[in-house]
Amino acid sequence: MAKHETPLLDQLESGPWPSFVSDLKAQAERRAKNEEGIEFQIPSDTVDDLLGILELSFKHGRTHWKHGGIVGVFGYGGGVIGRYCDQPQAFPGVEHFHTMRVNQPAGKYYTTDYLRTLTKLWDFRGSGITNMHGATGDIILLGTTTPQIEEIFHTLTHDMGQDLGGSGSNLRTPADCLGQSRCEYSCYDTNAMVYFLTNEYQDELHRPAFPYKFKFKLDGCPNCCVASIARSDMSFIGTWRDDIRVDQDAVNKYVENDAAYPANAGAFRGSKDWGPFDLEKEVLGLCPTKCMKFENQKLSIDNANCTRCMHCINVMPRALKIGKETGCSILVGAKAPILDGAQMGSLLVPFVEVNPDNDYEAITEVIENVWDWWMEEGKNRERLGELIMRQGFQKLLEVTGIKAQPQHVQYPRTNPYIFWKEDEVEGGWERDVEEYRKHHQR
Amino acid sequence: MAFISTGYNPAKPMENRITDIGPKDHNDFYPPVIKRNKGKWSHHEILEPGVLVHVADSGEEVYTVRVGGARLMSTGHINEICDIADKHCDGHVRFTTRNNIEFMVDSKEKVEPLKNDLAARKFDGGSFKFPIGGTGAGITNIVHTQGWLHCHTPATDASGTVKAAMDELFADFQDHRLPAQLRVSMACCLNMCGAVHCSDIAILGYHRKPPMLDHEYLDKVCEIPLAVSACPTAAIKPSKQLLANGTEVKSVAVKNERCMYCGNCYTMCPSMPLADTEGDGIVLMAGGKVSNRISDPKFSKVVVGFLPNEMPRWPSMTKAINQMVNAYSNGANKYERLGDWAERIGWEKFFEVCELEFTHHLIDDFRQQAYMSWRQSTQFKF
Ligand code: HEM
Ligand code: HEM
Ligand code: HEM
Ligand code: SF4
Ligand code: SF4
Ligand code: SF4
Ligand code: SF4
Repeated sequence: MAKHETPLLDQLESGPWPSFVSDLKAQAERRAKNEEGIEFQIPSDTVDDLLGILELSFKHGRTHWKHGGIVGVFGYGGGVIGRYCDQPQAFPGVEHFHTMRVNQPAGKYYTTDYLRTLTKLWDFRGSGITNMHGATGDIILLGTTTPQIEEIFHTLTHDMGQDLGGSGSNLRTPADCLGQSRCEYSCYDTNAMVYFLTNEYQDELHRPAFPYKFKFKLDGCPNCCVASIARSDMSFIGTWRDDIRVDQDAVNKYVENDAAYPANAGAFRGSKDWGPFDLEKEVLGLCPTKCMKFENQKLSIDNANCTRCMHCINVMPRALKIGKETGCSILVGAKAPILDGAQMGSLLVPFVEVNPDNDYEAITEVIENVWDWWMEEGKNRERLGELIMRQGFQKLLEVTGIKAQPQHVQYPRTNPYIFWKEDEVEGGWERDVEEYRKHHQR
Repeated sequence: MAFISTGYNPAKPMENRITDIGPKDHNDFYPPVIKRNKGKWSHHEILEPGVLVHVADSGEEVYTVRVGGARLMSTGHINEICDIADKHCDGHVRFTTRNNIEFMVDSKEKVEPLKNDLAARKFDGGSFKFPIGGTGAGITNIVHTQGWLHCHTPATDASGTVKAAMDELFADFQDHRLPAQLRVSMACCLNMCGAVHCSDIAILGYHRKPPMLDHEYLDKVCEIPLAVSACPTAAIKPSKQLLANGTEVKSVAVKNERCMYCGNCYTMCPSMPLADTEGDGIVLMAGGKVSNRISDPKFSKVVVGFLPNEMPRWPSMTKAINQMVNAYSNGANKYERLGDWAERIGWEKFFEVCELEFTHHLIDDFRQQAYMSWRQSTQFKF
């Protein structure tokens, strides 16, 4: 028997898509029955009250959560988000309902042993409700009380070898695509690098010393499955600088519409019939740089003019492979719209090697130069992208010691208002007006 | 409910403390077939919606069955995922960036039993627990934020709008009939925790009323300078206020016409709530993408300025989304993303074929970049 009537939420139980309402109700029932005899450390009816307060929001069209005070674990400035409800008398089970962010593994691979240990802990000390995963990438444990937080942290670190993720003005939990673990497009091992960076920068992740949040995201190729280019202050996007590898026999299989060579790896196998595959129209014609030719059953690519957009490779993965000389591009400054409008990442490093053998030296150097500048010059709550806007891209090049190159721009500036630095101008700015007047009358 | 301690002693927090250990090592979590072939994959193929095979140079194969799900998930549900992974996948499972779940097996014979098992599992209310799909030229799971379930500034619910939208889009979750993949994202206030601003279709919660001011309590519960500095548009200033009983209190004043309803002040100061039944609702955006394929990544554009919150299923919202998906499906060329299609036909035609009304709210007036979006040309379509 449900504790609260939920007529509005009940209408979200029908329909084919997995219903979070059904899941919450089943969970409430499991907690009420408690067949495993768990000694719940927070109220057993917390999920009933979560349903109840959500129903109330559906009725009012308004949230019933308050932002909440400082909660956290000793010595860390992030990883826990305080949350209280504004109707504690009616819904005491969610009076305190804090979130813990648990740092997800690279590629989000799990063993069931690990997941079961985590669910056991969360049933015992929390609501048993999670997000798999939050938008940053963490495992989100949704709903516990203040006294449980240190206890959960203790179990995570002592028994599970598992740390919290970031929140607040620090490095947020870095996230990656699955990369080389299962994707042939991946130009570097995203899993290894995200693991390295997360460990290398634990201090920055746990102890706020930044003007605002900072995100790393790692995509193995320009397809950008984790949206790094739009969602991270610094994105690492795999790329290559030699030639796309071509298997001519396989190209011809695609041309012949061989069933084992479906266009775009089968992405169009569905209820719509697009007709037979047409290499000329679907690959050559859509190549943004028109750098491909198909003559005498031979595909040739003018690689010097290819911008590595991935289209042809996506369409014919059995015939075309990324190059062998791989690395990544680094883009900086992406952020959501607050405040000056959204910013996409801007290309800072066109190509850098990804070398685990020297601890990604070339990459950490860029990271640390950027951080030094941002920590020195950034105003409170100023994202890196905003600082770049305020002080200029040229300043960014200066602090990172990177030489300007045409790859940095879509097109050169359209105004001539160049702010020269004094030392760039021959003879400097100090001049003698009297000397001038000798030749120019007043 | 007696308190059970782990041994942690609040008086000596540093005793035996372990910190800065980071995440678990992914190498311990890879399925064996992944571990063996990492970095040596030759190619992949989507066999049918939701089912992929990746073939390694060694000839080994891994079959993946991708299923959708709510990212809001109970431990009971996770345990069920574990049961399935134990039964079919030797105890391994992974999650995708877009909140899907992937079950991997190392041979073709294991695929059918896995699929049948997944497809047969339903919640008591009748919905699928593990619908197979989310690949290729279709619509995959919606990434979203917290909404009324857990956040203090949402202008709409996240899980509810997502469930309503995915029920409508479900056929396209399990099909590949669209010209290209179509990514839908959801964020419940303009902070866009989920960064929805580069999605083919974005659902965004939006407030339309500046905060209310609880003058009597404001100075008692808030640090006024923090509230003032929280405002991105400098709309808040300290001010003395006279209460009804005649006492003068320190509080703040808000210049309403400068407010962009972001809720940052409420984050800093609980005496400045802004949620409102009529004021809050939904903005729809369209035409963004993050992939570099063919065209550059681009931002989504606002195509519906406001829709009211209609609990529990947001019918006006799902109707507008359907109109866009159908017009796109009928009009776009193969491989053409929604934004590329809209640019090719022209946004004036986009509104026509999607049967969406263009209003003055859709013309940018926010800061300098607004100018970039006005038409500086005599080329347009009637
Ligand atoms: C100190 C500042 C400036 C000086 C001394 C200056 C001087 C001149 C001169 C000498 C001419 C040529 C007139 C002729 O045909 O003989 C001219 C033309 C013009 N200036 Fe400037 N200018 C200045 C700033 C600007 C600025 C800031 C703008 C625009 C933002 C501007 C826009 C123009 C335009 C549109 C013309 C006409 C060009 C044409 O006939 O094709 N000027 N200006
Ligand atoms: C939108 C901005 C501006 C435009 C379109 C503009 C345009 C012009 C034009 C067309 C001339 C006449 C040039 C000629 O025929 O010899 C001129 C002269 C001049 N402008 Fe501007 N100007 C602009 C802004 C400024 C600003 C911001 C300043 C100074 C702060 C400035 C200072 C001058 C001066 C000192 C002259 C020379 C006057 C003279 O020789 O008698 N202008 N401007
Ligand atoms: C000043 C503006 C912002 C405020 C006040 C704010 C506040 C919050 C709060 C309170 C949460 C926790 C929600 C919960 O779990 O209850 C949150 C989550 C989050 N925020 Fe923000 N946020 C802001 C801006 C942003 C921006 C600009 C981004 C991204 C670029 C962002 C990314 C995130 C992400 C990824 C999460 C996790 C969301 C989820 O997984 O549900 N936030 N934010
Ligand atoms: S971003 Fe590229 S490498 Fe990473 S999963 Fe996507 S397609 Fe593969
Ligand atoms: S990757 Fe893109 S730009 Fe390069 S050849 Fe292929 S389609 Fe053309
Ligand atoms: S988008 Fe806004 S309302 Fe939604 S979780 Fe983020 S801060 Fe909260
Ligand atoms: S809602 Fe945002 S813009 Fe409006 S007063 Fe508060 S902080 Fe300022």
